[in-house]
Amino acid sequence: MFKFFLIKLAQLVPTFIGVTIVAFAFIRLLPGDPILLMAGERGISAERYAQLESQMGFDRSLVVQYLDFLKGLLHGDLGNSLVTHAPVMDEFMSRFPATLELSLFALAFAVIIGLPAGVLAAVKRGKTLDHTIMGVSLTGYSMPIFWWGLLLIMLFSSTLGWTPVSGRISYMYFIEPVTGFMTIDSLIAGDWGAFLSALHYLILPSIVLGTIPLAVIARQTRSSMLEVLGEDYVRTARAKGLSNFRVIMVHTLRNALISVVTVIGLQVGLLLAGAILTETIFSWPGIGKWMIDAISRRDYPSVQGGLVLIAFIVMIVNLLVDLAYGVINPRIRH
Amino acid sequence: MALLDIEGLSVRFKTSSGLFAAVEGVDINVDRGEVWSIVGESGSGKSVSMLATMGLLPWTAQVTADKMAFDGQDLQQLSSRQRRRIVGGEMSMIFQEPMSSLNPCFTVGTQIDEMIKQHLGGTRRERHERALDLLAQVGIPDPARRIKAYPHQMSGGMSQRVMIAMAISCNPRLLIADEPTTALDVTIQAQILELLLRLQEDTGMALILITHDMGVVAETAKHVVVQYAGRQVEKQDVKSLFANPRHPYTEALLSALPERAGDQDRLPTIPGVVPGQHDRPSGCLFNPRCRYATEHCREVEPVPAAGDPARTLCHYPLEDGISPSPAAAGVARDNPQSSPHREVRP
Repeated sequence: MFKFFLIKLAQLVPTFIGVTIVAFAFIRLLPGDPILLMAGERGISAERYAQLESQMGFDRSLVVQYLDFLKGLLHGDLGNSLVTHAPVMDEFMSRFPATLELSLFALAFAVIIGLPAGVLAAVKRGKTLDHTIMGVSLTGYSMPIFWWGLLLIMLFSSTLGWTPVSGRISYMYFIEPVTGFMTIDSLIAGDWGAFLSALHYLILPSIVLGTIPLAVIARQTRSSMLEVLGEDYVRTARAKGLSNFRVIMVHTLRNALISVVTVIGLQVGLLLAGAILTETIFSWPGIGKWMIDAISRRDYPSVQGGLVLIAFIVMIVNLLVDLAYGVINPRIRH
Repeated sequence: MALLDIEGLSVRFKTSSGLFAAVEGVDINVDRGEVWSIVGESGSGKSVSMLATMGLLPWTAQVTADKMAFDGQDLQQLSSRQRRRIVGGEMSMIFQEPMSSLNPCFTVGTQIDEMIKQHLGGTRRERHERALDLLAQVGIPDPARRIKAYPHQMSGGMSQRVMIAMAISCNPRLLIADEPTTALDVTIQAQILELLLRLQEDTGMALILITHDMGVVAETAKHVVVQYAGRQVEKQDVKSLFANPRHPYTEALLSALPERAGDQDRLPTIPGVVPGQHDRPSGCLFNPRCRYATEHCREVEPVPAAGDPARTLCHYPLEDGISPSPAAAGVARDNPQSSPHREVRP
């Protein structure tokens, strides 16, 4: 198992190098210039421009700049933001918990609803319930996030007044950040009111962000379950006189989970991408909103650093998914 | 009272082009400790009729029977909970593909234990001991190590032994073996058959062996049901079946045995294949492949003659290897069954 882990880890190295190249090149391929953007409408003299350019290191060749970026990366240094001059790593880490908290709640929402829905649809294959579940999930999958988010805000926040429109917690509470997770920090502070408020603020963004993963998980679970239900060993399980529940939840689901876990892992990348839109809609102070701001200001270090970190997280999640296969399926472990 | 008493069993599958009768009019009455065999080519509905008995068919199947009783209990009337107590416990089944019949996610021990827990109960320790005993009983070397193995770590023969251990774990009174050796090497086939017969003798359970191999039938069964295209065409005890096949299909199956082909250069075969859903002929289902078929056979569906103990589904049942059919005169000359070579006998 440990060897398996090391092999998987080694396979990540070339991927990671590729990611750094893409992240480095991507922001520089965009039209626009950070110095001109900083100068604004008044413009800037050629001497001052050259001075700033050399100060920021943009006068060097791209290869040298890239190698410099790599060197910093190996030391855990992603450079400083051109706008705030704070280290990119600090900027990222201070916002990342908000995104992670939102993503985890969205994923939990997607799995808790999507998995049983998929199992139910497979068991009731061809019946009304199956068609209903699959129809609803197709609708969810096809819905643009920003539109869906606005619809929910209009219904639940504006019209019904059940949920807050934006933010992470009510202004009535101030919670000292320890982990950066509002829910955990409020529990650490022992403030139940704040905890409930944090949950309250999480509901709508989690639903919006979790809708597409939910649909994907439900559909994948259904098709995977249907495939496994036709396997010989499921017939064996029935021939043993086991209850229907046990046949489905133990013998079928366990095998069906292998492909579902893959899809759940892939959703993490999607969640971080989706978080950019969701965070913008709900003014959620996470990395999504931060990245959008950084891109519009052509803040090269922030964008390339942010991209590399997000890619790194996605890669780690996929590594965990690979390890999860081994736990679920003994054929992969050995 | 028979242990398994089935009369007029029919299975129809819902398909896009209407109902397809996969099995029709099958009768089986197995007494305690008897060994039965169901023979027929692929597509004869052998497995389907037994899966129907076990209640293992998919939801698209409609199972009907005039009578379907196990040890006096009407299987059709039982609730699914009551039926599950019989299935696996008193009546168990092993399948054709041992490698895919075991769940790849669980160890052999877990899968046997699950069955014992379901029907016999007992403490974890007792169940573990019993599983070890069973593995030894089916001839698995080093049971203490094998019990922790996953299915993919075992060969097909080993997997089938595990399936057998699992199937007999709750002392069933009836074991149904659905072509248990088809997927295995020839050398292993004989071992598995021997094992099944030894276990049958030791425990006194009844055994139904589904096969397409007449050689296997000769070696094992006491009673034989011959099925063709979902119909039961003949039912006899094995001695009289081999000596006096009543249905032309049985005769043709027997003549395809190398041992009975005698000194002919070529082994006789049955031309054509079992008709499927869309190409079922009118009249007798076997008529396109039957050497004795007449115009009457092509038009009228046969019914078993009253007073025929073999319940032969034929207009012209064979008498001592000779067909009374008017079409028989032309083929009598090269009829291999009329030759004196009959080495294969039960």
